[in-house]
Amino acid sequence: MSQEKHHIVSYKTHVFVLLALLVLTALSVAITRVELGPLNTAAALLIACIKATIVLAWFMHLKFESRFFTVMVSAVIILFLLVILVTFFDYSYR
Amino acid sequence: MSEANYAHNVSYLDYKGQYKGLLGWIFSTDHKRIGLLYLYTMLAFFSVGAILGLLMKTELIAPGNTLMGPQTYNAFFTLHGIIMIFVIVVPGLPAVFGNFFLPIMIGAKDVAFPRLNLLSWWLYVLGILIVLTSQFLGDGPPDTGWTFYAPYSFRTPANVLPAVFGAFVMGFSSILTGINFVVTIHRMRAPGMTWFKMPLFPWTLYGTAWIQILATPVIGITLLLIVAERILGIGIFDPALGGDPILYQHLFWIYSHPAVYIMILPGMGVISEVIPVFSRKTIFGYKAIVLSTMAIAFVGYFVWGHHMFTSGMSGRALYTFSFLTFLVAIPSAIKVFNWVSTMHKGSLDMQTPFYWAVSFIFVFMIGGLTGLVLGSLATNVHVHDTHFVVAHFHYIVFGGTGFAFMAAIHYWFPKMFGRMYDLGWANLGWGIFFIGFNTLYLPMFFLGIQGMPRRYYDYLPDFHGGNIISSLGAWVMISGIVIIFANLIRSARYGQKTTEKNPWGGKTLEWQVDTPPTLENFEEIPVIEKGPYDFED
Ligand code: HEM
Ligand SMILES: [Cu+2]
Repeated sequence: MSQEKHHIVSYKTHVFVLLALLVLTALSVAITRVELGPLNTAAALLIACIKATIVLAWFMHLKFESRFFTVMVSAVIILFLLVILVTFFDYSYR
Repeated sequence: MSEANYAHNVSYLDYKGQYKGLLGWIFSTDHKRIGLLYLYTMLAFFSVGAILGLLMKTELIAPGNTLMGPQTYNAFFTLHGIIMIFVIVVPGLPAVFGNFFLPIMIGAKDVAFPRLNLLSWWLYVLGILIVLTSQFLGDGPPDTGWTFYAPYSFRTPANVLPAVFGAFVMGFSSILTGINFVVTIHRMRAPGMTWFKMPLFPWTLYGTAWIQILATPVIGITLLLIVAERILGIGIFDPALGGDPILYQHLFWIYSHPAVYIMILPGMGVISEVIPVFSRKTIFGYKAIVLSTMAIAFVGYFVWGHHMFTSGMSGRALYTFSFLTFLVAIPSAIKVFNWVSTMHKGSLDMQTPFYWAVSFIFVFMIGGLTGLVLGSLATNVHVHDTHFVVAHFHYIVFGGTGFAFMAAIHYWFPKMFGRMYDLGWANLGWGIFFIGFNTLYLPMFFLGIQGMPRRYYDYLPDFHGGNIISSLGAWVMISGIVIIFANLIRSARYGQKTTEKNPWGGKTLEWQVDTPPTLENFEEIPVIEKGPYDFED
């Protein structure tokens, strides 16, 4: 265990990540002012996804773990997306 | 050091740790003791659930009010369903036999997180207690059925909250067990045990564990939404407030359909262990079984809509779900073919576990084939919410999981307790049970096709005949259960002592450790070279 390398993320990176998150938050507020119709929800979700990815990669260290975990986490997220998709498949045709 | 030596030589049953007596059990972090804790808890609550079932069947022996009125019947099938599903079959095989045998079968000394394991059992018991309070608190026992369908579940004056919350707590227990097993399987396999050298029961536990981790949170949130709906009236499911009751059904079955694979996959794992041992033959198509296990675990996520064919889903969703449901039958059929091929030209050793395994295949096939009737839209509309469904799920859930549980306990009993049960009584119990089971549930298919609805305490005189047979079958089956349990309980205390490591001639690791196993299972972790079912030598 002690042999494993512990990657320390520098403060600078953390600050950048924080800034990115703040900017994206501002963006998701701003986008509500633009009239996109149903695409508004899609845009908000897209931004939220980008934010989640950033948090997962840097704050939760996924970027520095072995590929294996990236694959596992992505698989779970894809499964989750599919389940949501199938649910809304019903709604959109009702 | 001497303490450690002591632990190596003494069986886990005799081992004296920090605490004595009962405390030595409920504070034990030994995976084997925790497995037995689950076993005893389940035995107790299965008895309660079975008595409720028996009372329901007795009520149904004749039209009219025989034993109880409608409200009591509603309360009974609700508690019966909650106990049987959330307390017995969902945790069932993984919590008892997974806990006991997973580490041994992969060559480990314990699970990855022994304390978390104990916590799972505590949460489980806590959840049961919470559910039970719903029976006695203020507004009367819940009457929603185990599915808690909206909008009734937040409209009924009955005591739904504790039942829902108890199920929620048990969900946590299930998730923790799942996490524990996934980590154990990833990190603690003995050197040389590659993924494809792992026995099949651990493989099915692995598939199950993933479903537990990924699907259970969905029901957790759904149950919390029911709580919120009842207390705050937020209008997620309530059509009067702009909510959507169909959404509740989506969320509920997104968990509960995969949950039936939580129930059945480990059962299939047990059968895949028992069949080769009693056929003295390497299992046929090991890789096909592994892959079909994972395929079931995956496809099982996308078929939940087949519970909602008559609920008012969109047409496109209907045939999509119907199609996907048919897909999931393929990997299950692959397994059946593998078991049958394994027996083909084997030298069959007719022992109690083998009887259970073969009868498992029989009832599982009936359950599975009638599942296809329910999976096709046209026939489903006809038999939806009739006794046909009740028969189908008892064949699958009770037939499948229950028979596998019996196979497992009769197979591993000598290893677990260091004693042998009486073979004569065990076979007699099996025979009576098997006859009773089929007499109880088979007529329900016909009643369902004739149109007798489920969840009714009363029926038209036309349905009398089938119900008499079915109700008598319930009594026969219960006699079988009593014989089986009496034999096992008595034998666990007074049965013939045995220290023989391998009474059935199995090849997996649990048959190479002491009987009963020592605290740490292995003095030295074995190195694995061969596949798990090498009967060729
Ligand atoms: C021990 C003997 C058993 C008997 C006599 C029995 C009998 C019954 C009866 C009469 C019903 C009500 C059917 C209706 O009115 O709709 C029922 C429902 C049910 N049973 Fe059993 N059962 C037994 C064992 C089991 C087992 C072992 C399980 C679980 C594996 C189980 C799970 C269920 C479930 C989930 C329901 C559905 C409740 C609902 O309608 O939502 N039962 N059973
Ligand atoms: Cu289903």
